[in-house]
Amino acid sequence: MKLELRGITKSFGPLVANDHIDLVIEPGEIHALLGENGAGKSTLMNVLFGLYDADSGEILLDDEPRTFSGPRDALGAGIGMVHQHFMLVPVFTVAENVMLGHESTKPGGVGMLDLDAARQRVRELADRFGFELDPDAVVEDLPVGVQQRVEIVKALARDAQVLILDEPTAVLTPQETDELIGIMRQLKEAGTSIVFITHKLREVRAVADRITVIRRGAVVGSASPEASETDLASMMVGRAVSLSLGKAPAVPGETTVQVRGLTVLDANGSAVVDDVSFELARGEILTLAGVQGNGQTELCEALLGLERPAAGSILLEGNELVGLSPKQVLDAGVGFVPEDRSVDGLVGDFSVAENLVLDLVHTKEFSRAGALDLAAIRKNADHRIQEYDIRTQSATQAAGRLSGGNQQKVVLARELSRPLKLFIASQPTRGVDVGSIEFLHRRIVAERDGGTPVLIVSTELDEVVELADRIAVMYRGRLVGIVPSDTPRDVLGLMMAGVPHDEATAQAAEHPTEAGHE
Amino acid sequence: MTAVDTRAPAAPPARTEPLTRRSWRAPIAFGVLGLAALVLFGLLGKSGEDTTFVISTDNDWVQIGPVSVPSQATAIVLGVLMLLLAAYAAWRAWNRQRPGVWVAALFGVLWVLSFLVWAVAGKSMSLVGLLQGSLILAVPLAFGAMGGLLNERSGVVNIAIEGQLLTGAFGAAVVASVTHSVYAGLIAAPVAGLVIGSLLALFTVKYRVNQIIVGVVLNVFAVGLTSFLFSSVLKPNAATLNSPPRMPVIDIPVLSGIPIIGPVLFRQTLLVYLLYVAVFVVTVALFRTRWGLRVRAVGEHPLAADTVGIDVQATRWRNVLLGSMVAGLGGAFFTIGSVGAFSQEMTAGKGYIALAAMILGRWTPVGALAAALLFGFSDKLQQVLGVLQTPVPNQFMLMLPYLVTIVAVAGLVGRVRGPAAAGEPYVKE
Repeated sequence: MKLELRGITKSFGPLVANDHIDLVIEPGEIHALLGENGAGKSTLMNVLFGLYDADSGEILLDDEPRTFSGPRDALGAGIGMVHQHFMLVPVFTVAENVMLGHESTKPGGVGMLDLDAARQRVRELADRFGFELDPDAVVEDLPVGVQQRVEIVKALARDAQVLILDEPTAVLTPQETDELIGIMRQLKEAGTSIVFITHKLREVRAVADRITVIRRGAVVGSASPEASETDLASMMVGRAVSLSLGKAPAVPGETTVQVRGLTVLDANGSAVVDDVSFELARGEILTLAGVQGNGQTELCEALLGLERPAAGSILLEGNELVGLSPKQVLDAGVGFVPEDRSVDGLVGDFSVAENLVLDLVHTKEFSRAGALDLAAIRKNADHRIQEYDIRTQSATQAAGRLSGGNQQKVVLARELSRPLKLFIASQPTRGVDVGSIEFLHRRIVAERDGGTPVLIVSTELDEVVELADRIAVMYRGRLVGIVPSDTPRDVLGLMMAGVPHDEATAQAAEHPTEAGHE
Repeated sequence: MTAVDTRAPAAPPARTEPLTRRSWRAPIAFGVLGLAALVLFGLLGKSGEDTTFVISTDNDWVQIGPVSVPSQATAIVLGVLMLLLAAYAAWRAWNRQRPGVWVAALFGVLWVLSFLVWAVAGKSMSLVGLLQGSLILAVPLAFGAMGGLLNERSGVVNIAIEGQLLTGAFGAAVVASVTHSVYAGLIAAPVAGLVIGSLLALFTVKYRVNQIIVGVVLNVFAVGLTSFLFSSVLKPNAATLNSPPRMPVIDIPVLSGIPIIGPVLFRQTLLVYLLYVAVFVVTVALFRTRWGLRVRAVGEHPLAADTVGIDVQATRWRNVLLGSMVAGLGGAFFTIGSVGAFSQEMTAGKGYIALAAMILGRWTPVGALAAALLFGFSDKLQQVLGVLQTPVPNQFMLMLPYLVTIVAVAGLVGRVRGPAAAGEPYVKE
């Protein structure tokens, strides 16, 4: 089926998310939609899927104009979508999720569910693409990679001829990504068109037949998969970017951070951080790699004192941090960038200037006899805005109105504005534009070179490899191993799935992945 | 650095079973309660008196004579049994296992028996009457809880059960009085509940107002409206508007003759039989039909439901209206199902107890019925013992249903998970 979008425009208030976008998807092709976070890719697909109403423009299927007033119409026309945040009901089984919305019922006319038919359909589709899927497994118990397959099966069960995959690899290990690419190729063979939305250049080049690049809501051009990553990145960002950081080798000083046997239990009493030990020296960056949800969040919360560990110790220059409140930990010289800046890193309604001193207002520098020293706060803001190149109308603008990259600069500027003994940043560049990523990475390396031990937690393998002096890989709450930064991506990917280092090295040599090539 | 860092820990061996905390809550609670029962009801109980339970009625096939047991000895035996159960629960806890529902249920039965044996010492009590009354008092709670869960399964919190019960009671009384027919009253009750339900749906589903606030306001509104109509319209015309007939007790042939079970379950009013049907129908509909699957999807993850073409708003509208009708039907109990005439604020917080029954029953009809029976039993027990002049002060007995509610919801429920999207309006860009 040929899909064509003509002049699609969609605004949210003053923000134009899609500006006269034209796009043609030929039958049986894998068409990559490449663009930064916030470029308007997801908005476009939500318009196509009938979740948003376009302000203007038309959708054509096999050259016939169609209007979709809701997902039901889009599904009926043969368009399926695998959303970035899975649209699965966590407490339902695989079969129930797959059948939802087009349930087969038993004869009799009262609408009794025919679960056997749904199970059969799931098995049939799973067999066709050669993967295992238990129709009776409850979705919330499945790993994310498998949940994604459920989403794909769900779309195929409705005979989707155009399949939209919205950032499908964001939650996958490199090996799972490779399997997904295999499934995409099989679908293509079977005649299904695929729209592959991503901001990851490596994957686009591995799988796409054609590439359309979107920037600030408009199509800025198309490219072939042979184009170099640097060229694609420049198209995406709109100016030349250097993808490699080119940082100097670390010069580790004395070891000042010692984490020993740290264990954190969740509410049910199972260990989400399980006997984690590592050491960190002045002037080195340790990155913590792992797929989202393997205990990284809880580890950071334990380090900061938000979560009371069940066992273990955290020594910072010989002082025990376990048992201290977050404020005491911060005062002990720990700088922290939380993974979700809009929730934990900033107060969105506060001004940029206020956010820049959030955890510093009690110091003599910014307060006088219990009252804020507004002049000092203002002066500090002007200084930081310039130093960190924060693009804001003024220091009094609400921080929540800044772009993701500039919000993150505010958080980083605040945390790095005092002398630190340990700097922890969780997902420092999530949802940040490529231009800002480069800047943030350089600041982090500068902090390292200033002699601070740095712990970076990231689920983006590119970032892990880019920043690391050493890499710790976490899986199901445990450290699989700590390896040097030049470890091949394939090996890291296997370790992220829980395979120990030696075994991963052997396996990776046997079965190199496509997207994993340097 | 080329080799694996020597500071790295060895690769972790796979752990065979997950590390979970031992939970001592249940065995400790059982132990303390069991010991208290043993000492208070057994060792400190009156010696030399007998407790008599009547377990048969005149219309049964088989007549069983009243059972008499020595009060103190029986209470001591029951107390020892309870301590054995506590020990079993402790053994399970040591092995990191939960004691199981049947242990808690059996413990509860033993505790209540031991209390009864002590409280009724030297007197006689009808066990059949107690159980029959429990079921009757559970009727509005069970209907209310089912009305609540029909709402919440689709993602709308229904705090307004109280108001729906009250308007249902009012509507049933007035219509039954005017038409001289309890069946017309039975039809009027859900319609009256629907009035509150449509307001709830309008504000929570269409206008996305906070569901808790709307529910509370509707309860206050229902009290105000029915009280106003009661004093300005019903009181002056009590003979024509507020003297409804009462629902007759219908004996189910054959079944009602079974000893104990017969009179309790099958010698009841139509409303009770409707409850049996409702529990069965709602259970099947929610968990076995297309309709139920879609409703639950909307209550758990409305956006996911929307992306497969299910109309979230329409589903919620339908369920809120249906739920309020079920709760309204339960309201009929207060007037035509028991005393007849309507009086001000006669539901007296039963709607909130129904809400607790819904949670305790984990949002399932069968669970809600069981929880409603528990609360109904404590209510009936309070009435029976109040009449019998037991050693417990009457004021304490009046607290019993509410005490049981708090203990049940706080202690037994633990971490239950309701529909994930309950309370959240669905906003689509």
